[in-house]
Amino acid sequence: MPGADKETDLSERIESFLSELKRCGSGAGSLRGSAETARETTALLRRITAQARWGNAGELMEIIRKEGRRMTAAQPSETTVGNMIRRVLKIIREEYARSRGSSEETDQQESLHKLLTSGGSSEDNFRQHFTHLKANVIEAINELLTELEGTTDNISMQALEHIHSNEVIMTIGRSRTVEAFLKDAARKRKFHVIVAECAPFCQGHEMATSLCKEDIETTVIPDAAIFAVMSRVNKVIIGTQTVLANGGLRAVNGTHTLALAAKHHSTPLIVCAPMFKLSPQVPDTPYNHTKLKSVDTILYIHILSKVNAHCPVFDYVPPELITLFISNIGGNAPSYIYRLMSELYHPEDHEL
Amino acid sequence: MMLISAAMTLVVGHELQSAEPKEEKQRLRKEKKQHKKNKKDDRGPPEKEKEKEKASVPAPSKPATQSPAHKAAPVPVNASASESPVAAEKPAKSKAELRAERRARQDSERASKQGKKEGGQQSTSSKPKATPNELQPVVKRLPDHVQVDDPVALKKLAKKLERQQKSGQGCSLNITGVKVPLRSDYGYKVSLFSHLHQYSRKNPPTQQISIPVTVIHPSIVRLGLQYSQGIIAGSNARSVALLHAFKQVIQDYSTPPNEELSRDLVNKLSPYISFLSQCRPLSASMGNAIKYIKKEISNIPSQCKEEEAKRILQECIDSYINEKIILASEAISKYAIEKISDGDVILVYGCSSLVNHILCEAFEKQRKFRVIVVDSRPRLEGREALRRLVKKGIRCTYVLISALSYILPEVSKVFLGAHALLANGYVMSRVGTSQIALVAKAYNVPVLVCCETYKFCERVQTDSFVSNELDDPDDLIVTRNGKTHLENWQTVKSLGLLNLVYDVTPPDFVDLVITDLGMIPCTSVPVVLRVKNVDQ
Repeated sequence: MPGADKETDLSERIESFLSELKRCGSGAGSLRGSAETARETTALLRRITAQARWGNAGELMEIIRKEGRRMTAAQPSETTVGNMIRRVLKIIREEYARSRGSSEETDQQESLHKLLTSGGSSEDNFRQHFTHLKANVIEAINELLTELEGTTDNISMQALEHIHSNEVIMTIGRSRTVEAFLKDAARKRKFHVIVAECAPFCQGHEMATSLCKEDIETTVIPDAAIFAVMSRVNKVIIGTQTVLANGGLRAVNGTHTLALAAKHHSTPLIVCAPMFKLSPQVPDTPYNHTKLKSVDTILYIHILSKVNAHCPVFDYVPPELITLFISNIGGNAPSYIYRLMSELYHPEDHEL
Repeated sequence: MMLISAAMTLVVGHELQSAEPKEEKQRLRKEKKQHKKNKKDDRGPPEKEKEKEKASVPAPSKPATQSPAHKAAPVPVNASASESPVAAEKPAKSKAELRAERRARQDSERASKQGKKEGGQQSTSSKPKATPNELQPVVKRLPDHVQVDDPVALKKLAKKLERQQKSGQGCSLNITGVKVPLRSDYGYKVSLFSHLHQYSRKNPPTQQISIPVTVIHPSIVRLGLQYSQGIIAGSNARSVALLHAFKQVIQDYSTPPNEELSRDLVNKLSPYISFLSQCRPLSASMGNAIKYIKKEISNIPSQCKEEEAKRILQECIDSYINEKIILASEAISKYAIEKISDGDVILVYGCSSLVNHILCEAFEKQRKFRVIVVDSRPRLEGREALRRLVKKGIRCTYVLISALSYILPEVSKVFLGAHALLANGYVMSRVGTSQIALVAKAYNVPVLVCCETYKFCERVQTDSFVSNELDDPDDLIVTRNGKTHLENWQTVKSLGLLNLVYDVTPPDFVDLVITDLGMIPCTSVPVVLRVKNVDQ
C-alpha cells in the first residue's frame, strides 16, 4: 500500500535523523554546524507535513510536537532542533489563522482580558479542516528554508559596518558565522585577529588557519593569555551555540572569562548569531553548563582515579556583558531579544 | 682608551721617581676624567635622549643613576678607595704595579657599569650610603631583553658579550675564541612583542659554545641549559639553583696575582650572568640574589685571606637561602594557615612551590579543606601541583582555565603564587593569574597572593606587554582528532603564535598579600621596599 510505504519511509528517515543527532553529540564538538542541523530539521518537518496522515491543523501540530520531543531528547544541547520545531508550529498557527480569515494580531496577543474571559479554549480552534492548509504550510516552510540558507550571507553583509581598518579583533574557538563575517570584512579592510584557542579541543587553531588563507593577520594565544592581551583589543566578536530568552548566551567554555575581561577594559562584545539560534530557554534550565565531555582529554595520568576532573563544554554569559547581537535581520541590543522571540515563537510552544 | 692610558703610564712612570706622588695621582685622575668626558660626549647625546624618554618617576630612596652628572662620583670614590692602600705602599710601587692598579680600577668601573645594567639599580658599597631623602632623577638603564627591536641596543649587547671574554682575564693574556654566545630569535614574532626575544627550545645556547669552555664555569653552563630547556622552572627553584651554582664557582675560584678578590670575583661573575640571561631572562628574585652576592663580595675586606673570604661568602649564600626562602616560607605558612578554615574550597593555579607548601602544612595541621587545581596550556604545570597534593592525601579537583566560570561558584578562597611584586602594587605572575583574579572578583571570592619579600622589585609596570617573556611558540601546536592544524605555522605568512610566560594583575583584584613580614595589602609593597633598603 502506497500510504504505508510512505509512512515507513518517513519513520525511517526520522529514525536516521535521531541517530545522527545522538551520534554527533559524542564526537569532539559538533560534526556538523548548527545551520546544517537547522536545515535538516526543517526539511524533515516539511516531509512530515507532506507525508504524514493528518486531518486538521491540531493533529499536525500534535504529530510535530511528538516527533519534536523525541528529537530534542536525543540531543538536548542542540537547541536549533527545538527552535525549528517551534518555528514550524508557529507557521502552522499562522496559516490556520489566515485560512480562517481572522487577523493574526488578535490571535497572537494574549491580552489579560482575553485570558480571563475565554478561559483557555484556544485548542478547539484548530479542529477545522482546510483543503489548502497543507499547501500553504509547505510553502511557508520552503520560505523558512530559503531564509535559513541566506543567514550567513546576511550576517556577513553587515561586517563592513562594524569593522574599521587597523583594528585588533579578538575571538574564541571556532564559529563559522564569525569566520564568514571576518572574511567578508577582510576583502575591503586590513585588520588583525587574535584567536583564543579553546582548550581542550583547540578549535581555535582551525579557525586561525582558515582565516590565514584569506591573508588576515592572525595570532593564536592560549586561553590563559586572554586577559593579558585584552588591553590592546578593540572589539571582541564571538559566535554562540544558543541565544537564551533573557538575552544571555550559552557559548563555548571560556566565553564568560572573555566577556568579563572585555567588560573590564570596556571593549565592546559583539555576538554574531543567526535567528535560528534564538531559544526560549532561560538560564536555570538543566544542561546550562554541563554536557561534560569525557575527561580523559584533559588528564591522561594515572592519578585520574584519585581526583575529580571537570570538562564543561558550555558557559553561560549574562546579558549585561554583551554589547550587540548581529543577526540576519540586523543588529539588536540584548534587551530586545525577548521581543524578537515573541515574534518567532508562540508562547504556548515554549514547552514542547 | 687603553692604548692612550698605557702611553700615559710610560710617561708618568718616568716622572714618578722625580715628582710628588700625590700630585701625580691628581693629574692621573684629571686625565682620566678628561678621557671619560670625551667618550661620553660622543655617545652622550643619542643615549641621553633615549634615556630621557624612558626615565621613570623619581624614587625617593634610590639615587641610582646613569646621567653624566653623577659619573664623576664613582671615579673619585674608586680612586679614593684605592688610594689608601696605594698610599701605604707608595715607596715600593714600580711601573708595572701602577699599571696593573690602574687597569684594576678601570675594570671595576666597567663592572659597576654592567652591574647597573643587570640589576637596574645601584646598591654597591662603593658608593656612600645615600639618604632616602635624595630626590635625584632616576634614569634607569633599560634591560637588554626588552630592547630587541632596537638594532643599536642589540649591537651594544653583542659588543659587551665579546668584551666579557677579556674583562676577567686582564689584557696581558690573550685568550682567543670563546665568548658568551648571542642567541638568535626564532620564528615570526607578533608585532606587539617585537621588542622581546623569542627563542626556540631546540636551539639551546650551549650549542654555540665550544668545548672546553674557558670563560664560563661548567656548573653555570649546566645551569643555563637547565633554564633554557625548562628543566628548572619556578622562581624559587631558579634562585636556589643559581645560588648553589655560585657557591660552586666561589669554591673553584682562585684569585689571580695582583688582583683583589673583592673586585676580581665580581668581574668573573659578569660573563656568567650575561650567559644566564641569554639562556633565559633573569627573574626578579634572581636579580635580587645577584645584587646581594655582589654586595657581599665587594664588602670582603681586602686583607682577608682567600680561604677565609670564600668561607664567608659560602656562609652568606647559605644564610640568604635559609632566611629569604626557607624560613620565609615557614613564616608565610604560619600566617596563611590562619586564613584557611574547615570546609574551605581552595582554588590554586599552576604550580607554586610556596602555595603547595602552605597547603601541605595546613593539611598536616588537620585542617579540612579540598583543593581545586586550575591548569592551562601549554605548560600544564598544574599536573605537577596535582601530583604533589594527591601524594599528601588532599582531595583535589582538576580543571582547565577555560572552565573557570563553571567551577568558581563552589570556591571559597583563591591562593595564588607570585613571580615578583612590583613597586606599584601589581603582581607579576604566570600568565593566566590575572584572569583568575578577574573572574574571582566577579564572583566575590577573596584572592590571596603569597610572596616572599626577596621577590619584591623596584620596577613598575601597568600591562603585560612592555616587559615579558616569550616562550617557544612551537609549544602551542597540538594534535586533536588526528589533525595538527598548526603544524606548518611557519610557512603560513600571516599566522603568529604567542606563548606568553608572565602577566601582571592589577592590585584591585588582589585582596591580601601574605609575606614573611606579615599580611599586607598590595599597595604596601613600596613601603616594604623602603624598609628593606633602610635596613641594608
